[in-house]
Amino acid sequence: MSTHLNNLSINNINTNNLYRQDFAIIAGWLGFGSKALDLGCGDGALLSYLRDGLEVKGYGVEKDDTNWLAAMQNDIDVIQMDLEAGLSEFEDNSFDTVILSQTLQAMHNTEAILQEMLRVGHEAIVTFPNFGYWRNRLQIITGNMPVSKDLPYEWHNTPNVHLCTIHDFDALCHQLNITVIERKVVTNGNDVSFMPNWFGNLAMYRLKRSH
Amino acid sequence: MSEINSVGTDSVGIVTPQTAHFNEPLTLKSGDVLPAFDLIYETYGKLNADKSNAVLICHALSGTHHVAGKYTEEDKNPGWWDNLIGPGKPLDTNKFFVIGVNNLGGCHGSTGPASINPVTNKPFGASFPVVTVEDWVNSQALLADYLGINTFAAVVGGSLGGMQTLQWSIAYPERIKHALVIASAPNLTAQNMAFNEVARQAIITDPEFHGGDYYVHQVVPRRGLRIARMLGHITYLSDDAMGAKFGRKLKDTIKYSFDVEFEMESYLRYQADKFAGEFDANTYIRMTRALDYFDPATEFDGDLSTALRKVTAKFLVISFTSDWRFSPERSREIVKALLDNELPVKYAEVTAAHGHDAFLMPDKHYHAILRSYLSKVEV
Repeated sequence: MSTHLNNLSINNINTNNLYRQDFAIIAGWLGFGSKALDLGCGDGALLSYLRDGLEVKGYGVEKDDTNWLAAMQNDIDVIQMDLEAGLSEFEDNSFDTVILSQTLQAMHNTEAILQEMLRVGHEAIVTFPNFGYWRNRLQIITGNMPVSKDLPYEWHNTPNVHLCTIHDFDALCHQLNITVIERKVVTNGNDVSFMPNWFGNLAMYRLKRSH
Repeated sequence: MSEINSVGTDSVGIVTPQTAHFNEPLTLKSGDVLPAFDLIYETYGKLNADKSNAVLICHALSGTHHVAGKYTEEDKNPGWWDNLIGPGKPLDTNKFFVIGVNNLGGCHGSTGPASINPVTNKPFGASFPVVTVEDWVNSQALLADYLGINTFAAVVGGSLGGMQTLQWSIAYPERIKHALVIASAPNLTAQNMAFNEVARQAIITDPEFHGGDYYVHQVVPRRGLRIARMLGHITYLSDDAMGAKFGRKLKDTIKYSFDVEFEMESYLRYQADKFAGEFDANTYIRMTRALDYFDPATEFDGDLSTALRKVTAKFLVISFTSDWRFSPERSREIVKALLDNELPVKYAEVTAAHGHDAFLMPDKHYHAILRSYLSKVEV
């Protein structure tokens, strides 16, 4: 069920009923009644889930018109803006958690958005498709850019400009002085603890600023 | 601003304005007192039994109480927001009781500079006080009382109307459930105020203005009003929209004259003549002054977030990408202040080519947003 969908404006994909496994893990990292900001919130399925289950007070950010309208119809407080421009509408430490779910790989300003998330939130949750997953590696070895249900685009039409592996992301966090509080790696909804950079297709990170 | 001609089967139909008379003195922000005043208004739809379905429409610079419907079967000019309001339309009169009101200082039936001052039996003229957004909202609240409406399901306004909507949420937080602030701003920029000053100077320096007391001379400062309106029209449209509408099209050929040669000139002159024939110059200079003065953050050291701390309404804020007179950045300032107060807010930045006038256009996505939002407003 961890079909990869991109939250940006490429396909106007409706995210209803998908991601449930991710949702449960993300919910586990949020406190009851906490305040969350979901960047690239799509139709607001995650925020609806967090609101209904945990009474999370949530705001969403979404650029695409169709997704924005769908989020509004789900009664999400959704702000239409481009994440690449930063989060200047949001004050420092104004959220408990800022979430970037399966959108990092499509961001141009990767470092900037991570720093913005940890400026605005006490914690950040980042999830992304692990490019080091063995099926991706296999396709590279056989001479093609990976195309799968997690990475459904061809090389020439993908919105994913910054794909990375778990190792790569760990290194970036270290470089940016970001502490990994917790990391979950899953494949088809199941935890992967053995060689996650080979066997996990979705990486989920809970982050905070290092002091 | 542009009118839309689109009365169809979903029209509210034939409407009749009504006038509410208020005998209690109204103290204005300036300190001046209006001993009594009239407000002209129209309503569409039916007020429900518990009076919970009322929606107030606040008009912009040159708007009126005639928001929807028409006055006769043959009427070619429906209300200025007729494309939005009616049975089955985004602001659905089967659900809501919608009120349009002409603001104080107006020239369409509410007490204004052209009204007769009962003390002198002459038009107020220059003696009519300078009214503010705050004064308008206070007088609209008196109209709500008069109509027996304690709480508005929503207050809706574009441009200067959006400022009134914002002021409603600040001044009467317990009386407004939803605020729809469209193509607006928390105050005007210096550039925006500069346009207003040019418009006022055009009017005030017209020899037929007579210091504002032109009524007794039985003249109208047409030249000033015309220039003010032309300037306004230029700023309400985007460069692209003007390019698409007129480009460099000539009416005929180049004649090496200063007559109307380009289509754009023809349009501006037509709009100017039309406006000068129906709008009062004293009202125009007061409406632009109200725009200039509005700045709820002033009392809070310029901090809009503090100014909004008593607000309880839920907000829908909409801006248009090509609107340079009330740009998206200005709407986002409102959004930021609402976020700082952890208030419910939805913000849409609609891609539109029409500039500031886009808020009056029946753009599909824009109307889908309003329809969807309003359908969820509980009454």
